[in-house]
Amino acid sequence: MSGPILEVKNLAAFYGPIQALFGLDFEVEDGGVTALLGANGAGKTTALRALSGLVRREGEIRLRGMPIGALSTEAIARLGVAHVPDGRGTFTDLTVEENLRLGAYVRSERAEIRKDFDRVFSYFPRLAERRRQQAGTLSGGEQQMLAISRALLMRPSLLMLDEPSFGLAPLVVEEIFRILAAINRDEGVSMLIVEQNASLALDLADRAVLIETGRAAISGPSQALRADDAVRRAYLGY
Amino acid sequence: MSEFLHQLASGLALGGVYAILALALVMIYQATQLVNFAQGEMAMFSTYFAWKLMDSGWPYWRAFAATVVVSFFGGLIIERVVVRPFAKAPVLASIIVFIGLVLIFNALAGWLYGYSIQEFESPFSGRPWFGNVYMSAHESGAVVVSLCVLALVYGFFRFTPLGLAMRAAAQNPTSSRLVGIRVGWMLAIGWGLAAAIGAVAGMMAAPIVYLDPNMMGGVLLYAFAGAVLGGIDNPFGAAFGGFAVGVLENLVGAYVVGDEVKLSVALAIIVGVLVWRPSGLFGRRLVARV
Amino acid sequence: MTERNALGRVVTLAVFAGALAFPFLASGYRLYQGAQVLIDVIALLGLNLLTGFNGQISLGHGAFFAIGAYGAAILVVKLGLPYWLAIPIASAVCFGAGFLFGFPALRFGGLYLALATFALAVATPQLLSYNGFNAFTGGSQGLTLTRPGAPFGLLLSGDQWLYLFCLLWTAALYWAATNLVRGRVGRALIAIRDQPIAAESMGVNAALYKTTCFGVSALYAGVAGGLSAIVVGFVSPESFGLPLSLSFLVGIVVGGLASLGGALFGALFIEFVPNLAAQLSVNFGESAMALPGAIYGVLLILVMAVMPTGVAGAMRAALGFVRRNFAA
Repeated sequence: MSGPILEVKNLAAFYGPIQALFGLDFEVEDGGVTALLGANGAGKTTALRALSGLVRREGEIRLRGMPIGALSTEAIARLGVAHVPDGRGTFTDLTVEENLRLGAYVRSERAEIRKDFDRVFSYFPRLAERRRQQAGTLSGGEQQMLAISRALLMRPSLLMLDEPSFGLAPLVVEEIFRILAAINRDEGVSMLIVEQNASLALDLADRAVLIETGRAAISGPSQALRADDAVRRAYLGY
Repeated sequence: MSEFLHQLASGLALGGVYAILALALVMIYQATQLVNFAQGEMAMFSTYFAWKLMDSGWPYWRAFAATVVVSFFGGLIIERVVVRPFAKAPVLASIIVFIGLVLIFNALAGWLYGYSIQEFESPFSGRPWFGNVYMSAHESGAVVVSLCVLALVYGFFRFTPLGLAMRAAAQNPTSSRLVGIRVGWMLAIGWGLAAAIGAVAGMMAAPIVYLDPNMMGGVLLYAFAGAVLGGIDNPFGAAFGGFAVGVLENLVGAYVVGDEVKLSVALAIIVGVLVWRPSGLFGRRLVARV
Repeated sequence: MTERNALGRVVTLAVFAGALAFPFLASGYRLYQGAQVLIDVIALLGLNLLTGFNGQISLGHGAFFAIGAYGAAILVVKLGLPYWLAIPIASAVCFGAGFLFGFPALRFGGLYLALATFALAVATPQLLSYNGFNAFTGGSQGLTLTRPGAPFGLLLSGDQWLYLFCLLWTAALYWAATNLVRGRVGRALIAIRDQPIAAESMGVNAALYKTTCFGVSALYAGVAGGLSAIVVGFVSPESFGLPLSLSFLVGIVVGGLASLGGALFGALFIEFVPNLAAQLSVNFGESAMALPGAIYGVLLILVMAVMPTGVAGAMRAALGFVRRNFAA
């Protein structure tokens, strides 16, 4: 581990004139997983949107030491940041294959792209079966797999996922998180995960940040957060 | 009977022009939710550009190619400079901008080239193809060119990475950005393409309707009718609609009401289809989520 | 009465007072232009009700204007009715036409309605000059009316009387429109524009409101058209084509959507700016015949760039700025 791949200091985010984040600080270790936790409306999704440049933001955001706070969304994506948004963001009118090809749009090394296609299909064989199917006709779980696969086809160094468990059956969620762990472990892809399901996230992550109305309330190693009884009961409800 | 076939066949020639323009309209509509009312005037201006080149001695196909390329860049520049600044403004503001563009192109053409009607050369002259009696050589050629344009555009969007990226940018700009697509440039290229194929439409129409600054007004209306008939969100429905309107226009003009109220026929088609099937023959039924 | 309403009323009264004084200060051509502005204001009020407040885009209001104009002309010339009777009758016909057009319009979404009304605008001159209707419409020659003089022996010139006659209609229709917009109906129209499904689920009969709004809007255009026929003294097919409908659209957007007061600015714009463009183009010398259109087009784009919400919107923003930064 050579230092954080993502450093965020004093992040503020705005929807028009309304401020949603107030000076958020957190990091993602190179090769590590950081979880952003918190209740509905706390600002977790906003944080990811701010990192991707989808909302107006201020503060210091550094990717491998390089400031990205003023870059456009497409520029940030081209730097190797893959953001799987809430709602999946699949291109519902295009086929599964076309969705995946779009993930590889900015890359040109054909052999490597083909290898990534194979890898992604080995993680999610169901996608291979439905290659030519229109993405909008896939089930919720399959669309999530598709969204993650598209992100993987970007060969990202940082994978940001917004509520990957949302609306999915428990078995499907388990499968997805198992695969996410494998991706992190075997390919060294760093991850930033926003999750309402705290226990799942804490199992996967090594660091966690609890966000409360736009500010970081508690942050630290995920075992610490999990072990802290008072924190657990008050914030995570179990 | 042969008269009927003749009307049918020559309806296809102008129908091809309508089909191309309808495709251009749909392309821009799908990407921006705006109808480019200035498409006709831009095509007219491109046609004048070609005419000027040929007047200066350029052979037809070289002038044709140069015009298509210049029109592509023209459309691209117009999108970036004139249209993009209004992307966040109310829709009607953009419509006023398009009206402004119509006036500007129309007046510029009149100023640069005069208002008198000019003849425009066709690359397909001489004897009718295969000795048929239904279509002139130009009419046959125009249909072939239209079909080629449609096929090329289809191939571009279906099989090339750039075409895929443009489709993605039109459907879901946010997700497109998240995979690194420069959505702004996709829009500009879309306008460029629309302008380029509009130029082809103009050059195919000019030998038939003659070249003057007002030549594309009626043509554009028929192209709208075609796009609406086929479905404004379906490119190939729109193209089919264009051909259908061309044939219908001819048949109605010859057998039913005469040339004077042909334009009203376009109105009748539009309103009729919309009442019966608001999304057009091949358009998607839109279900709004509450 | 809130501060804003009071200020608004004072301004409105001042404007009307000025308009009332105008015919005694100006004469001849200026007065004629003044009447045209009033006519445009009426048409723009109507179109704004439909497009600004109710969100239904019409690119074909020139057609209803034409029905009003030709209706009044036919009633006066062919049936010998007095002009002050012809106008209400013609506008009632327009109401009916608009109401009927509103029914199929219910089926279309915004874009399709725009296209359908666009086609209507283009088709109108063709229909008006159709040989079959020549007996009524005078074909492509059109119809000529004698311009009426002042009634009851009032000491006014024909121009002055016609201007005041238009002002009477403008004041009445403006008053009607403001009452409509401020009340329940106005709120219903706006609700239907912004959230049609929510409005329906709250019991607003969207279909009735939308078709009626179309009818009312057409009625306004019809009054304007009828007045235009009397003031100009002449109707012919070419004056009622697409450019007319588009200039109405320009008028409400430049004036300010959903702003009744903006109608005055819009009317002034569409009445005087094309002439301004023509004057500017004279400076370019020969072949200047073509340039007024280009200059007008450029002006349109510039106005939109500077004021995308129209003059009324810009004034609202300016007022808000002043209030936020300088109010006590």
